[in-house]
Amino acid sequence: MNLNKKQKKSLRRIIISAALLLAVNLISLPELLSMALYAASYWCIGQDVLKKALKGIINRQVFDENFLMAVATVGAIALALFDGTGDFNEAVAVMLFYQVGELFESIAVGRSRRNINELMDLRPDYARLETENGLEELDPEDVPVGSIILVQPGERVPLDGTVIEGSSALDSSALTGESMPRDVSVGDSIVSGCINLSGILRIETTKEFGESTVARIMELVENSSHRKSRSENFISRFARVYTPAVCCSALALALLPPVARMIMGMEAMFSVWLYRALTFLVISCPCALVISIPLSFFAGIGGASRAGILVKGSNFLEALSQVKNLVFDKTGTLTLGVFEVSHVESFGMDKARLIELAAHAEWASSHPISLSLQRAYAKEIDRSRVSNITEHSGYGITATVDGISLAIGNRKLMELQNVSCEEISHSGTCIHVAAEGKYAGYILISDLVKPNSAKAISELKKLGIERIVMLTGDNHSSAAHFAGQLGISEFYAELLPNHKVEKLEELMAAQKPRHKLCFVGDGINDAPVITRSDIGIAMGALGSDAAIEAADIVLMDDDPLKIAKAIKISRKCVGIVYQNIVFALGIKLLCLVLGALGYAGMWAAIFADVGVMVLAVLNAIRALNTKAV
Amino acid sequence: MKKTYKIEVDCANCANLMEQAAKKTPGVKDASVSYMSLKMKVEFEEGAEEKAVMQEVFKACRKIEPDCEIEF
Repeated sequence: MNLNKKQKKSLRRIIISAALLLAVNLISLPELLSMALYAASYWCIGQDVLKKALKGIINRQVFDENFLMAVATVGAIALALFDGTGDFNEAVAVMLFYQVGELFESIAVGRSRRNINELMDLRPDYARLETENGLEELDPEDVPVGSIILVQPGERVPLDGTVIEGSSALDSSALTGESMPRDVSVGDSIVSGCINLSGILRIETTKEFGESTVARIMELVENSSHRKSRSENFISRFARVYTPAVCCSALALALLPPVARMIMGMEAMFSVWLYRALTFLVISCPCALVISIPLSFFAGIGGASRAGILVKGSNFLEALSQVKNLVFDKTGTLTLGVFEVSHVESFGMDKARLIELAAHAEWASSHPISLSLQRAYAKEIDRSRVSNITEHSGYGITATVDGISLAIGNRKLMELQNVSCEEISHSGTCIHVAAEGKYAGYILISDLVKPNSAKAISELKKLGIERIVMLTGDNHSSAAHFAGQLGISEFYAELLPNHKVEKLEELMAAQKPRHKLCFVGDGINDAPVITRSDIGIAMGALGSDAAIEAADIVLMDDDPLKIAKAIKISRKCVGIVYQNIVFALGIKLLCLVLGALGYAGMWAAIFADVGVMVLAVLNAIRALNTKAV
Repeated sequence: MKKTYKIEVDCANCANLMEQAAKKTPGVKDASVSYMSLKMKVEFEEGAEEKAVMQEVFKACRKIEPDCEIEF
């Protein structure tokens, strides 16, 4: 176990003090000597607390926990002296357990801090820079933009850049949580933080380290604990009230019952009530409660980023667990955002021939539709077979291929050419083809849904998301087609970007007060909508600065299933937080009641306090495990 | 102007109290302390002298937790 200096000192003191306490109880000694041993044991374990308590009084920090522990234990010693029992075990033991608890807390928190930081540690150690005098290993921060660096198999890509030589497979699992390696070769841009698996890569850097993906991600996660969740703020406010309140009730407990008893003519029993009041002081330390909440969120955010889900603040992770309305952008979010030939119908020739003719006729165009035709044809275009290409802007083109005169375009073009064609009700863009003045068929080109989209929607419904809405700028029939395919019953089509914001505001106004609305987009042209929603999620954000900037939660890859995963992680984390709040507060209240009634002494109080803290911390660390959710 | 400082403190409640104290210091517009990442983020008011303000913040924090540290 790695302990720091402070922790080692504390451990040494605990051992010495415990040994002294044990000795004084096992060996029968003359009274004076045993008193001295008690004092030594108490001083050994409690000196820091006493010193800090004194400073606290000078600085008027009366409800500081050191002060409380000092008063409680000194009070217990005074009571023992006053009663003449000579039993100082309790005072020393309370201080001892208090210190054991502090030490445990310090070790546990330090460990999880380290664990999570290691998890997040994507920082490359060096960049291998190509210079005139051969290779030089440099701190990535010192590498200027436009340098040539070399990354060998097994090494982490230190800076964002473009591959200029070599090909390899990259493991981006530390960034995206996706374990499938990605192939890269010359001309591909690659992001820092990936691990080079197979070949040597020469990379021209395109960003400085401070601007690179790794630096941005690490900064984002480190800053996340500054945006505090509501429960965290609640507890820190609560702690500020709780300690003074318990102290006041301790004072009341010490004074009121004895006075009341005196008035009623009974024995006052001052020392009994004073003891119970001191027990209150032991219970009044709020630290166990205060530590477990930021720790849970920190662990939850750490675990989420391991899965490729970057959460920008504890507040967002907390809000995500309350999401009831989910609004999706369509293109690029639920669909791949690419256009593919999805259906071909031909008359008087076979389908492959129709594609062949269309692809040739369109070869000169760089329109996405022509590109998808060429992908569908998948063979080399022989340009010598094509002549007489005329572009009819807004309609389509006419051309001659293999001596056949062709008209390829929309319905209007067909009308212009006096070719009758049928109305096609399918979604997507329909390309009609006429050959030699006769209708030859049509080619449907449409976007494709992502493989996981339908599954993601059904998962989200299972998670109790009440309203799933799809917004798109696409036409109505195509939106209806995709919505039906994915099982989304509510959608709004033909929206311009500013209409999307209006629609979103409408949806947000319609939801119940405590519910949250989450918008998921690809971050490219929907940044205003992402910013406006309660929680904005940008997906496929690896390498997209704008998306990382705008969103509250960033999915590093573009798998919509991650949304369900993110919600599950947030619910688990928030569940742990609530467990801890209820558990810690419950035990404290129970101890207060039992203490007031005289059923729980200081021993029980300190055990409960330290025990609750240990359990709460262990429970909080559970949030780190996000694999199984 | 916003700046982030490394801090050292070993109790979560003290970290919260340090945040409160920093917020109340003149020249500080807003402050947040993260016990988990052991960092203090301070947003200074327009025209505030960073070093001088941080000296005050440090003093206030020392009153709360005598062995805390702020690297500034």
